[in-house]
Amino acid sequence: MDGGMGTMIQGYGLEEEDYRLGWFDEHSSPLKGNNDLLSLTRPEIIKEIHAQYLEAGADIIETNTFSGTRIAQADYALESSVYDINYHSAKIAKEVTTEFTKTNPDKPRFVAGAIGPTNRTASLSPDVNRPGYRAVSFNDLVEAYSEQVSALIAGGVDLLLIETIFDTLNAKAALFAVETVFEDLNVKLPIMISGTITDASGRTLSGQTVEAFYISLSHLPIFSIGLNCALGAEQLLPHIRSLSSISSSPISVYPNAGLPNAFGEYDESPELMCEYLKPFLDQGLLNLVGGCCGTTPEHIEAIAEMAANYNPRKKSVTREV
Amino acid sequence: MSTKHLTLSGLEPLVVNDALNFVNVGERTNVAGSKKFLRLIKDEKFEEALAVARDQVEGGAQILDVNMDDALLEAKECMVNFLNLIASEPDISRIPIMVDSSKWEVIEAGLQCLQGKGVVNSISLKDGEEAFIEKAKKIKCYGAAAIIMAFDEQGQADTYERRIEICQRAYTVLVEVVKFSPSDIIFDPNIFPVATGIPEHNNYALDFFKATKWIRENLPGANICGGVSNVSFSFRGNNIVREAMHASFLYHASKNGMRLGIVNPNLIEIYEDIDPKLLQHVEDVLFNRREDATERLVDLAEAFVGQGKDKKKDEVLWRNEPLAKRIEHALVRGITDFIVEDAEEARVALEKPLDVIEGPLMDGMGVVGKLFESGKMFLPQVVKSARVMKKAVAYLQPFIEEGKDEQHKKVGKILLATVKGDVHDIGKNIVGVVLACNNYDVIDLGVMVPMEKILERAKEEEADIIGLSGLITPSLDEMVSIAQEMDRQELSTPLLIGGATTSRVHTAVKIAPKYQKGVFHVGDASLSIPLVSKLLNPNHSEQIIRDTKAEYEALKTRFEANSKTKKSTDIAGARANKVLLDWDENPVITPKNIGTKTIHNIDLERLKNYIDWTPFFQTWDLHGRYPKILEDEVVGPQAQELYQDALTLLDEIIAKDGLESKAVLGVFPANQVGDDDIEVYDDEQRASVVDTIIGLRQQGKKSKKAANVCLSDYIQPKGCGADYIGAFAVTAGLGIEKWIERFEKEQDDYQSIMVKALADRLAEATAEYLHEYLRKEYWGYATEEHLSNDDLIRESYKGIRPAPGYPACPDHHQKEVIWNLLNVEKEIGISLTESLAMYPAASVSGFYFAHPQAKYFGLGRIQKDQVADYAQRSKINHAVAERRLQPNLAY
Repeated sequence: MDGGMGTMIQGYGLEEEDYRLGWFDEHSSPLKGNNDLLSLTRPEIIKEIHAQYLEAGADIIETNTFSGTRIAQADYALESSVYDINYHSAKIAKEVTTEFTKTNPDKPRFVAGAIGPTNRTASLSPDVNRPGYRAVSFNDLVEAYSEQVSALIAGGVDLLLIETIFDTLNAKAALFAVETVFEDLNVKLPIMISGTITDASGRTLSGQTVEAFYISLSHLPIFSIGLNCALGAEQLLPHIRSLSSISSSPISVYPNAGLPNAFGEYDESPELMCEYLKPFLDQGLLNLVGGCCGTTPEHIEAIAEMAANYNPRKKSVTREV
Repeated sequence: MSTKHLTLSGLEPLVVNDALNFVNVGERTNVAGSKKFLRLIKDEKFEEALAVARDQVEGGAQILDVNMDDALLEAKECMVNFLNLIASEPDISRIPIMVDSSKWEVIEAGLQCLQGKGVVNSISLKDGEEAFIEKAKKIKCYGAAAIIMAFDEQGQADTYERRIEICQRAYTVLVEVVKFSPSDIIFDPNIFPVATGIPEHNNYALDFFKATKWIRENLPGANICGGVSNVSFSFRGNNIVREAMHASFLYHASKNGMRLGIVNPNLIEIYEDIDPKLLQHVEDVLFNRREDATERLVDLAEAFVGQGKDKKKDEVLWRNEPLAKRIEHALVRGITDFIVEDAEEARVALEKPLDVIEGPLMDGMGVVGKLFESGKMFLPQVVKSARVMKKAVAYLQPFIEEGKDEQHKKVGKILLATVKGDVHDIGKNIVGVVLACNNYDVIDLGVMVPMEKILERAKEEEADIIGLSGLITPSLDEMVSIAQEMDRQELSTPLLIGGATTSRVHTAVKIAPKYQKGVFHVGDASLSIPLVSKLLNPNHSEQIIRDTKAEYEALKTRFEANSKTKKSTDIAGARANKVLLDWDENPVITPKNIGTKTIHNIDLERLKNYIDWTPFFQTWDLHGRYPKILEDEVVGPQAQELYQDALTLLDEIIAKDGLESKAVLGVFPANQVGDDDIEVYDDEQRASVVDTIIGLRQQGKKSKKAANVCLSDYIQPKGCGADYIGAFAVTAGLGIEKWIERFEKEQDDYQSIMVKALADRLAEATAEYLHEYLRKEYWGYATEEHLSNDDLIRESYKGIRPAPGYPACPDHHQKEVIWNLLNVEKEIGISLTESLAMYPAASVSGFYFAHPQAKYFGLGRIQKDQVADYAQRSKINHAVAERRLQPNLAY
């Protein structure tokens, strides 16, 4: 898989006008930082980043659509642009992978439509004084996800990746939406699932253990399940080991480049990250590997090089949760 | 993961495999099955409704059934609201939820609230295949398992053939059309009542067993679930027979493959313990083995009607068991009668006397521990078990010493103490007993233990855990100091905090930040065991310390955020909003007597009628109001037994004049001065001030109609007219040492805790009695009053008697005024410790206010300006004042 998008975009030192170019010149609120828009306003930059990752050896790249729901875009008053963001992000990613596959047919490349968690939680209250309150309902989420998923599919993605799941109920809504869209369009694509563990206790933000997380999302056939973001590779090892021992689906991991340093930057070097990922491979825990926040094409190149020496995990369920 | 077994999740996973022989579904959160729960939901008492859910989880439920189907409820809204609330309680939401409704829209709304994989209860072919398929598809997309009722277009299946026909059909549709995972299918093949007298019903149970077996063999992956208590419906009111029927039904149903069920854990006997004759009759019915099976069971049942367990018969039976079983039985049932005899037999049989302790005795206590943790035994029972254990160990001790045997190995050492200045120890003693009977070495330093001694002993003994207890508010400060000192001395022993005034919030906000190696609030004795066992397990200790720390930090943040948002008013504003009583409408009634009076030897028999029993049950962790608690579904039998034991001991105390109750009271001329204080004078001249009660006034922001109250508001201001105040102190603890000594000698913690709890009740009863005497005679402002004990408990009397250290007057230092006015120590022998706790502990003191509009209230939080003013009025420096008023400071 590929690595981080945000870090790469930062490297281009973009300004407010880059986020508006040709699409949102008249928009009333500031848009800088809304990276998903760049697929529309500066598609050549996004394509270049995709190409760098494919060059580094990634087989799957993610669309630039982490915040591509009307719930997340509401912060920028861009609910109406959700279809465009997802459709064009998928389209440009697909253009780049098609190019690479054509050049090297022995190594086919794929596009995963990235479906982020939104910025609301369906099973937690944002207000400690009203524990029964919810800022977003299951139905709101299903509606928002359906819109995103339809556009990603129309844009030509090969897979769907429900990622950085901090609240399993959000992800269940995403799965519900995916299933509904599949039925409507009469298509089926492989679904990848990736949760995030926010602290060392090994639970999701919404409180589930890795095992409970797996059970809660295994009701539909999935292509893979795994963990990403939040922690570095070193901290994810025990949790991936648990997941690997119970999962009948392939396992993925794409950690951050370590934990943030004092400046909030991720600075684990490609070499160090490889060192931490090596035990995963030694123990045969993985089918898919990549990077999240702070990782670059250099990281992916190093990881791809190392992973080439290993066999993927064999389906080997050793225990029943 | 194999697809063979049903897997569910809340925050944690649940796999229904053969290792779990039976999964219990908690059903008290069902408005159709629990009147109490229905009432709580109707009244929107969600806190209490959550407590019902929590009880279920703590009682061992592995899945929680939630049902809101009631004509008077908006089922959908109630379902969503309650499930969302559950989601915010990690100790409840750790288990999977069963969304139970006959309305599809309620089920769907419920499923939308579950992050885990839950269960739908239920769908069926009742409305045809099309509707069934549509619902099943939705359930699959929501990611839940489903209970399928054996019900089709023709009705509910009541024979073996109909059951398997419907289940087969539903299974085929689900697996082939809907592509439902077979392991997510749970059939409910209908448990119906048997022995109803209708011959068609005779095969109901047998057919259920057969259908269960057939489903397990022919429909791979599918599970079976059923509501067990239905089967005994025709024996309502006869719990012995019902318990036996449930146990036997469950035993056979699970043998045939039923893995999930709804069973009331309090309505089930242990299969092995069923009277053999009764069991045979029950099974004749369940298996329809004889034509007259029903009549025979009905006949036999009559012998059990309204009867508790036949103790004598039980006794004869269990005495025939093998030795280890007898010891276990004695421990579980708390029977001391034969334990010495049995211990002797075991000592002779086993090589070393120590082996008796570490073998059969510890095994038996292990059973007790498990039953207690799973909610099948209650605190008073465990204390009785400990009594049996102690008796056996005491008998064996000389043999162990003689043989210079190795000392018995304990699993961990726990040091307990009531902190300096505090004399209350009932709760601490209960925790000690519970820990000791779980094989922990408990070192109890007693009461009023100075910090240095606690820490010194902890180091000397290499204690694994330190537990601090206290009942009065100054003890909270002492605990903070101890935590601080432990940090300074770089100790690493976890610190447990317990006692009536302690709280999770106080622990989180004030104590935990002072000590980094683990601080835990233990709300009641039953929580101490799982906590201690985790702390002493190297695999879990770090995690629980970390988790609790995080939890307390969150609590602290929340608390601080909350207290910032609470509006307050400055002291001048609060005084401007004081209570203005109408002295014309309710003129001051001149007391018949002025001055003090001491009463010795108050008749205990008479006091008995003034006892408020509810707090007595609370002492023993049995919660509910007296007398209803005696009929409570869960704790009723235990409460009855405890009540009987209490009355027996109380009668003995009364017969022997074993405790002396004494009281002193007084009425004095008094006036409000400077808004918040009350001057007390020695005579009607009101010229010389004997003492001044320094008052504290509420400073919370009030709505328009409410005043900022201070006790002084209930006394007429100086210059407006004559008024009076009363004061009192009572004790019922004189002579208690003899009893405690006797029970300790007898190794009887149960009675030792009992006598203390009774003395507490008698002291409160004395205060109640004395207050009545004051109203009707001594002051005589309510001579016409006729109130029952219930009315008294409900505080229906005129006037109030607030006590220093309680919400209306949290400042313990005002006790010094009472001691001065009444000469308490000299008159009746109650002394005050440095923290102003009363000794003997079974004592009560307070002020009397006679005005009919005087009401009890809580002071709440006060601001810096009032504290400064209080310091000045009390002639103490600001820091001292802050320390005194610490628990009420808003800053």
